[in-house]
Amino acid sequence: MFVEGRYVLSFAVLAFVTLIVLVASVCLGSALIPFREVVGSLFGAGEIDPVISGIVLDFRLPRALTALLAGAALAASGLMMQTVFRNPLADPFVLGVNSGASLGVAVVLLLLAPSGVALTQNLQFSGHLLIVLAATGGAAAVLAVLLVLAQRVDVMSLLILGLMISYGIGSLVSILMFYSMAERLQSFFSWSFGNFGNMTWSQFRVFAPVVLLGLAALFPLFKILDAFLLGERYAKSMGVKVKSARILILGSASLLAGVVTGFCGPIGFLGIAAPHFCRFLFKTAEHRILVPASMLVGGLVALMADLIAKAPGLESTLPLNAVTALIGAPVIMAALLRQRNLRKVFG
Amino acid sequence: MSDGDVVLETSRLKIGYPSKKGSDSVVAEDLSLSLRRGELVCLIGPNGAGKSTLIRSLAGLDDPLAGLIELNGRDASLMSPKERARLTSVVLTDSTPSGMFTAYSLVALGRHPHTRWTGRLREEDRERIEWALRVVGAEDLAARQVGELSDGERQKVMIARALAQEASILILDEPTAFVDLPRRVELMRILGDLAHRVGIAVLLSSHDLELSLRCADTLWIMNSVGEIEVGAPEDLALSGKIGSVFASDKIDWDSEQGGFRLRRETTRFARVVGDCEVSLWTRRALARMGYVIRSEGDVSLSVTFDDREGDVIWNVAFLEGERNFRTLDAMVTWIKRRLLKENPPKKSDR
Repeated sequence: MFVEGRYVLSFAVLAFVTLIVLVASVCLGSALIPFREVVGSLFGAGEIDPVISGIVLDFRLPRALTALLAGAALAASGLMMQTVFRNPLADPFVLGVNSGASLGVAVVLLLLAPSGVALTQNLQFSGHLLIVLAATGGAAAVLAVLLVLAQRVDVMSLLILGLMISYGIGSLVSILMFYSMAERLQSFFSWSFGNFGNMTWSQFRVFAPVVLLGLAALFPLFKILDAFLLGERYAKSMGVKVKSARILILGSASLLAGVVTGFCGPIGFLGIAAPHFCRFLFKTAEHRILVPASMLVGGLVALMADLIAKAPGLESTLPLNAVTALIGAPVIMAALLRQRNLRKVFG
Repeated sequence: MSDGDVVLETSRLKIGYPSKKGSDSVVAEDLSLSLRRGELVCLIGPNGAGKSTLIRSLAGLDDPLAGLIELNGRDASLMSPKERARLTSVVLTDSTPSGMFTAYSLVALGRHPHTRWTGRLREEDRERIEWALRVVGAEDLAARQVGELSDGERQKVMIARALAQEASILILDEPTAFVDLPRRVELMRILGDLAHRVGIAVLLSSHDLELSLRCADTLWIMNSVGEIEVGAPEDLALSGKIGSVFASDKIDWDSEQGGFRLRRETTRFARVVGDCEVSLWTRRALARMGYVIRSEGDVSLSVTFDDREGDVIWNVAFLEGERNFRTLDAMVTWIKRRLLKENPPKKSDR
């Protein structure tokens, strides 16, 4: 109540840094494109080389915007999972949503591939769309099972069921991989490293509205999420319809994570690290602050991770998942050491 | 009191856990209880009697197996969760989050059933939060992080959160469980004030029989098969109801002292002369050694003392002679050694 001003300042700084990284992310890549030419390509001003403007408009811009949205979605999703499960290590994938997605992709790439899906590392458009559909479908199937379970068991049992589903599906994927040829494994691996760069504008036109809708759906949930901080029994005693609220929250969190996984592959650590960083930065547990802050920080970290993964100035690239883990793990460790007992965050 | 003061009433209430196989596990049934405005009710009973189940059922957290709960004369099962939250607030034994939460924002969560979907606090919400903090004596804690509070302070803040909910019934499950004795007495005083001055109906479950006997307006004594006796604590003590619920083969209810005492097979008797603070604690020390204190008849020890402005000297007379001691500890140590000499431990005891 005394610190509204500090919140506004922190948000302004975060937004400004995000904007700078967004611009840098469009300028930097395997080739440096000066800021002036980026602006020129975006607004059609001045004489710009059509090749350069093509790179900016068709590759770098959708990639940067995808990173921004995907990061925001994963961070918001992670925050909701942490609150509902009252567990600081819960992440968007804790319920097995990403294993569902990876099973879908594994089935497409490892089983169905002989019947026509291109096996090259740079999949053709139709092949890539198939993977997106398979991943999203797999995630949705797991989500549907979980939401049915969510009506029957309490929240801790649900967490354990989700973990078990994850392990079960993971072993199915292992079996598929065991019987697959090396070149097919290669394309599965390249999906599982995560990548913001496969997004075309036509896919983005599907991806962006779904993510934005999912994020917007969170805003009416702030108050309910706050009540969940005290545990489900207290939430119920304060007039929250606990079961339907739980399904709504987990449903939208898993939808966000599932869609991102479908389009960009399983991207770890963002969903845990961004909310912790925001708790640490804003010193609050209130969701009206934490949710928007996590979205912003999630987008920012995703952009930075992608920028590092592109390895500007170098010939090769890094796997995105490795970069997010390298950024995310120290954040979580710092939060842990700073608070000494992270578990107590949720009582 | 008139019936208009009744805020919670149950009829033929049956509580327990539903089972899919048809036979529910029943904790208690046929309960007809009522809570009045301005009344502090303590629910006591041995462990496992079902106190928490009853508390959760009355608070609307668990559904009763059968029967009716009426709040302000209306069937609670027909109310929306929000409507019920405006009538009943709770303090549970569930752990509370301690990170990144100030006491103020924790108490502010209590305004939940009153704010709109944005959760934005209006002036009247802030007034109620500040009032709640003040009533429990926690206004100094408002800006503190919940994780830094002691157990007693946190419990005060949790009570303030429940009060911020502006309900006419406050239900607490073991509110004094993890709190030391002085804090326990303070919490009970606060809860008593809430009932008597603010006019809320307060129901709490407790293990602490002696404190409940001193503070409660009404006791609900639940025995191990889930039957509940209701009455003023003094009436229940006089009628021996408290003794019959809690007494066991190890413990007796001492209605003269208003407390329990360990039952011992003993033939040792002692006499303590005097009737002041020193003699009280002298008697307690001897009772701890297994002596029954009596003023007439044969005794094996007779204790007198001489109080010279706080410097007490105890004189113990026994069959063979007498001895003086400067502390009760010295006296107890000597008596122990003497008893050991009289009855050396048998080999089978080792």
